[in-house]
Amino acid sequence: MGFSESKESGGVTVVKVDGQLIIGNRQELKDLVQGALDRGDRRLLVDFSRTGYIDSSGLGALVSISKRIREAGGELRLSGLNDDLRSLFELTKLDTLFAITETPEQALSSF
Amino acid sequence: MTSPLRLCVRRSAVTGSREAATLVTLRLPSDVNCIEEAVELVTRHCLAGHESTESIRFRLRVVLSEAISNAIVRGNCEDCNKWVDVRAELGPDVISVYVTDEGPGFDPSTIPEPIRPEQLDEANGRGLFLIRKLVDAVQFNAQGNSICMILRRW
Repeated sequence: MGFSESKESGGVTVVKVDGQLIIGNRQELKDLVQGALDRGDRRLLVDFSRTGYIDSSGLGALVSISKRIREAGGELRLSGLNDDLRSLFELTKLDTLFAITETPEQALSSF
Repeated sequence: MTSPLRLCVRRSAVTGSREAATLVTLRLPSDVNCIEEAVELVTRHCLAGHESTESIRFRLRVVLSEAISNAIVRGNCEDCNKWVDVRAELGPDVISVYVTDEGPGFDPSTIPEPIRPEQLDEANGRGLFLIRKLVDAVQFNAQGNSICMILRRW
């Protein structure tokens, strides 16, 4: 379980969530994104292709980093949500807050 | 390192039920780092021996994580001297999971729904809402420190 960070050729920072995004590791994601913003990165993608589940603290962490990125003049995309994960965003109406694409490739080409 | 989780699984007659059911109990300390392991253990035992859809597995993992997280953070205020008890009654058609903390309890009717547009930017307040949406029924004890989540297997 954890996060991996990479930089795509187009300058987009990609964070992959491997395992769960829950109360026990949400701070790690927030710190990772803050580090990217501090380095000057402004285009970020969080990919959930290898994610098991997300709890409300994880959703809250995404809301927080979305705000930080917006305030820094950046853009955030989410991708790779399976039907179950996507249902969490739909139930909480967070699908209206985030730019969500089906695949990381679609997200990368949408920046 | 030895896990601080205490798991017990036994087959027994559950009070109020006409059928024997498998009873799974788990006691864990008020440490958020124990939640993932607790969720995996309870989920595995809840679904063992039954055909289950991926959706049931997903819903069970999310609501267990939510309820245990609420119990540790809001109920027990992460006090390392307090415990969280999980009790799952596993029938052929229904899974009933109780999560109980040592806190004073709360009134669930006072928790607002977090989906109004002006609340979308809030980082907190979605846990109980998600539980209500993902299970078939939710009950609380009178004190408000124990939640019962009921899921149909089909």
